[in-house]
Amino acid sequence: MNDELGEAPDIAGILIAVIAVAALLIWVERRLLAFWQDRLGPNRVGPLGLMQVVADMIKMFFKEDWIPPFADKPIFVIAPTIVFITALAAFAVIPFAPGVGIIDFNFGLLYFLALSSLSVYSIVLAGYASNNKYSLLGGLRAAAQTVSYEVFMGISIMGVVMLAGTFDLREIVEAQRGGWFIVPQFVGFVIFLIAIVAESRRGPLDLPEAEQELVAGFHTEYSGMKFGMFFVGEYVAIILSSAIIVTLFFGGWLGPWLPPLAWFCLKTGIGVLFFILIRGALPRPRYDQLMAFGWKILLPAGLLNLVITGALALPPG
Amino acid sequence: MIAEASPVSHILPLLVFFGAIFALTAVMLGGAYFLGQRHRTPRAEEPFESGIVPTGDVHLRFSVHFYLIAIFFVIFDMETVFLFAWAIAVREAGWTGFIEALIFIGILIATLIYLEAIGALDWRTRRQRREADRRQHGSDACTGP
Repeated sequence: MNDELGEAPDIAGILIAVIAVAALLIWVERRLLAFWQDRLGPNRVGPLGLMQVVADMIKMFFKEDWIPPFADKPIFVIAPTIVFITALAAFAVIPFAPGVGIIDFNFGLLYFLALSSLSVYSIVLAGYASNNKYSLLGGLRAAAQTVSYEVFMGISIMGVVMLAGTFDLREIVEAQRGGWFIVPQFVGFVIFLIAIVAESRRGPLDLPEAEQELVAGFHTEYSGMKFGMFFVGEYVAIILSSAIIVTLFFGGWLGPWLPPLAWFCLKTGIGVLFFILIRGALPRPRYDQLMAFGWKILLPAGLLNLVITGALALPPG
Repeated sequence: MIAEASPVSHILPLLVFFGAIFALTAVMLGGAYFLGQRHRTPRAEEPFESGIVPTGDVHLRFSVHFYLIAIFFVIFDMETVFLFAWAIAVREAGWTGFIEALIFIGILIATLIYLEAIGALDWRTRRQRREADRRQHGSDACTGP
């Protein structure tokens, strides 16, 4: 147990940094997508449009706090907080650097999997409580998609667990001193990447909120700060996904020359940009294609990866 | 002091972190509640349906496939939990454990093949399936003698 973890500066610093970066990402994503689509993007408020986030936040606070009269009121209010809280809470086990972090569990990976699965409640409850047909359809799709991709999201990272022999995220990072796990676990990495994009409902797998078909899916009836929570929660989830991929497959804080925390932030930043790039670059699949791909290709591939990794991890004879 | 570290003090940072998150959420929602404007417009009280007057009830009938997927999830996700236990203990379990896991995974894959064979993973509607069949037979007829 590391005694330096979980001190007041750690807790305050991580919480503020994650939320600030998530807010900044809204600007980064809009600028980058605009760049790739030959547009300008937000560039009016402040230098390069950087103050756009602040302006949006002020606007969110002064918007009407609208709860539709036909909605299921308590659930309607609780739903957006779930995605926000679970995504933030999962950061407790992320190993930022030696001595930087909130807590060190020997079941850290299971804690992450549990919290990332909880976020589906947010979408399902929002879809149900809105009492709107688009929301309901979006919620249904989200439930089926998340639940399908969750099955092999766990399986795909069990190869890493086999190689490292632990669920402890800090020990998994230390186990990569000899080489990053992306090399022996490339199949697992690809499956996990697809699963986590589907799980966080990001483009190109953002079918629950496919705006051409479902207006805005599960958050059609949401506005003001409650919509803002879904929005910020999504960006927190992107940082979380990127951080966990870096931890499991790209050696976490390990790296030469720079301090560990800098390496972790650099790698996570590259991961986040990659998530934005695939949203800008890839078309959205059809719904039946998404489900068939998950169940018929990724699930057997994940199981085979697990068997082969197990056979290689064991001593021969 | 370290000797008497109880489970509660052990996870104290986590509890503080949770407290901070909940407080932040409350401030965000509460702030918007107090700062937000209040006004009433007649059309705002209807569900949004792309600008037309909403018709029918929201408790509509949906595809039974969603129900099937929920059942598959329960089955397969339960099984992955057993695989988690094997993954962490793969070296201790040795080759005996490996063969047992292999049988277990074999059953899982057999289940998956069976589900595919009975068409449970086919998301097309009955009409789409019929049309696809017709198209295939149509092309057979064209290539035939």
